[in-house]
Amino acid sequence: MNRARIVFWVVLVALLLALPPVAAALQQPFYLDLVRKVMIFAIAAASLNLILGYGGMVSFGHAAYLGIGGYAVGILAFYGIFNGWLQWGVAIGASALVALAIGAVSIRTSGIYFIMITLAFTQMLYYLGISLEEYGGDDGMRIKARSDFSGLIDLGDPAAFYYLTLALMLACLYLVHRLSNSRFGMVLRAAKSNEPRSRAIGFSPYAYRLAAFVIAGAMCGLAGALFVNHTAFLTPEFMHWTRSGEIMFMVILGGMASTAGPLLGALALLVVETLLAGWTEHWQVVLGPLLVLSVLFFRRGLAGLIPGAKDG
Amino acid sequence: MTLGLFLEQLLNGVQFGVMLFLMAAGLTLVFGIMNLVNLAHGSLYMMGAYFTVAAVNWTGYYVAGVLLGLAATLLLGMLVEVVTLRTLYERDHLDQVLATFGLILFFNELVAILWGRTALDLARPEWLQGHIDLFASSRYPLYRAVIIGVGLAVAACLWYVVTRTRLGMLVRAGASNRTMVAALGVNIRLLYTFVFGFGAALAGLAGIMAGPIYAVQPGMGELILIQVFVVIVIGGIGSIRGSFVGALIVGIVDTLGRAFLKPLLGTVLSPSYADAAGPALASMLIYLLMALVLALRPEGLFPSRGS
Amino acid sequence: MAEPLLEVRGLSKSFGALRATDSVDLAVIAGETHAIIGPNGAGKTTLIGQLAGNLQPDSGAIRFSGEDITRMPAHTRALRGLSRSFQITSIYRDFSALDNVALAVQAHSGHSFRFWKIAQEDTALTSPALELLKKTGLEARKNVLAANLSHGEQRQLEIAMALAGRPRLLLLDEPVAGMGVEESQRMIEFLDGLKGTTTIVLVEHDMDAVFTLADRISVLVYGRIIATSKPSAIRANREVQKAYLGADS
Repeated sequence: MNRARIVFWVVLVALLLALPPVAAALQQPFYLDLVRKVMIFAIAAASLNLILGYGGMVSFGHAAYLGIGGYAVGILAFYGIFNGWLQWGVAIGASALVALAIGAVSIRTSGIYFIMITLAFTQMLYYLGISLEEYGGDDGMRIKARSDFSGLIDLGDPAAFYYLTLALMLACLYLVHRLSNSRFGMVLRAAKSNEPRSRAIGFSPYAYRLAAFVIAGAMCGLAGALFVNHTAFLTPEFMHWTRSGEIMFMVILGGMASTAGPLLGALALLVVETLLAGWTEHWQVVLGPLLVLSVLFFRRGLAGLIPGAKDG
Repeated sequence: MTLGLFLEQLLNGVQFGVMLFLMAAGLTLVFGIMNLVNLAHGSLYMMGAYFTVAAVNWTGYYVAGVLLGLAATLLLGMLVEVVTLRTLYERDHLDQVLATFGLILFFNELVAILWGRTALDLARPEWLQGHIDLFASSRYPLYRAVIIGVGLAVAACLWYVVTRTRLGMLVRAGASNRTMVAALGVNIRLLYTFVFGFGAALAGLAGIMAGPIYAVQPGMGELILIQVFVVIVIGGIGSIRGSFVGALIVGIVDTLGRAFLKPLLGTVLSPSYADAAGPALASMLIYLLMALVLALRPEGLFPSRGS
Repeated sequence: MAEPLLEVRGLSKSFGALRATDSVDLAVIAGETHAIIGPNGAGKTTLIGQLAGNLQPDSGAIRFSGEDITRMPAHTRALRGLSRSFQITSIYRDFSALDNVALAVQAHSGHSFRFWKIAQEDTALTSPALELLKKTGLEARKNVLAANLSHGEQRQLEIAMALAGRPRLLLLDEPVAGMGVEESQRMIEFLDGLKGTTTIVLVEHDMDAVFTLADRISVLVYGRIIATSKPSAIRANREVQKAYLGADS
């Protein structure tokens, strides 16, 4: 790692570490909430970055795993099971399984088919969520209590929850970094760069892509478990396809195939959304064209601009 | 379950299928010819409905409103193509998805600003109300029968134009070799704008016809759009024939599923299970069908040769 | 006579009414350099595609080292020792030259479900890759992005990648295509150096390369092999001369 990158990460982590006490001192808990949300979505974006940024798989259905993770926690809580280890374990496991099922069918296709299929499957899960009247249907439901980690950490304490999220986010970013540079990641990146060439030298991308898809799903499931604890409210909107679009934009805006990208992208998008929403209730009418412009003129993403944020 | 009820639901399925076809045809044409993924296609469907509501309220006449609404949607489509989409032809599908996603957000909110978020009313005119008589002494709403008729007529016209006319030849040729067609002196840009506008008009027509049956509200386009994707995946991309067959399949399966799955399940499961599982399963039915088709034939039922 | 390393029997492929490959018989002996030549439109690319596994023949069989590989997918053939290079340069443009070859080495190093170690620091991959770069004269350019290499260097890179994993048969599709005189010479010399250790099937237009390198030549016209023989015999063959009348080389 060169100096610029070390400086970048040290400054970033220091800022993130310092936020809770500063927010408390200024009596602005709102910022703690916002940055925690940013970090949760950074995990979701990082998982998508693995398959999209590095793997070139345009999955427009990634929000599905946010929902599965959230519903796993929410449904278990509904039945009085609050053990965090169990809940989050199920969230990750269920997401992995669903990703395996969806991926097995979808990854046999490519290009526009893949985009449409992943979108369709997510919509299917969304409708499933709506039809589950038991668990709130399309109104959603409150979570009775947050995940319980038996004294290890109290998620009811905003700062504690924040630091847990920070730790998990850094772990996930690092994991994606190692994965993408390992032999496994190289196959993904090679297949994205030139698929016929990859086959000619002896790679068969399907199994690797499926594995990446499952890992990404599982990681996003973790983000879902975190998110439902953050909002304390479960709704099928977790899986709405526009949320998939949001996560995708975070990956793009932050800079595809970069380690810091997902965090930068989540920060940028959520901050812009918050600012616009504070200004007008119809903020999407401004966000929409902004997004269009960013695609047309700002494709490289933030990681390309901030010194030290770019990989290698 | 009577024969009459089954027949009615079957026809509803055809009616839904025909609307899906109008949307799918536009989308698949644009993709097949310009290699453009357009997520905002649903927005054009929505604008068709809204423009017509406004036009009907303004003129006081249904037919005039419909024609104005259609014209407005056609123009809007061409405007969107010229202003935003032209630069996207050269970009990869990811960029197109992202950019048109931004357009969706824009249009949904624009409509909410201009007309509010509550559903609007697009009443069918008197002369389209009432029923027609079918055999087995059952009746069917006239309006829905007209939709089926209009849809089939459009399908027939499309088939004729694409396979039997010079324009259709140009359109198909543009799909397989843009540079050649351009070299022949055909104005490719104009052709593309026209094709896109035409696709927009088809979507708008579907939106107009949908108005009285489904709710006219922000986001209505995306609900149907994803089902249109299922149609295209099943039917095969770039193929009008595939869109037609796929649309009918999806329309009929979805409608019959929603109507009969719950009672069907009720014969084997307890009422409470059937009550819960029925609607859930019915809403997932077409996606499961899509997964099945994909597992057996990943290119769809009638993939077009070029893609 | 020893069993041929690559044996093609009755291979046929049609595209609609066009018989691109018309009942082709071919036998490539281990260790030889076998050139396939023919006028434009003869179906050379289609034939290579079927040998490499990118195209499925309509009928006929391909045997490699005694094994029937007719239905085998491209990547499996590569792992069996049948490597190819592409007519239109196909490399990893956004990776360095070293990364390109390291990837080829990696493909031949068992499965890649290794999730932790950084591949670019893995000497098990980079050492063999460097060796191959040395062999093909690209050592000095190892950290250059493949997209920034000259056309000739890119074609050399293709060969380096094809050599990873020590293939038994090299399928080279117009290796000197688009190269200048000097670069072609170097490539021809390099391929000459491979003779004997690696079996080579060479599709080429450049008659200089063909007559320097080939032990035997097969001539493909309208999808059929009209002659297979030593270079001197091919040169004198009337049928071949007729086929080439009007076509340049």
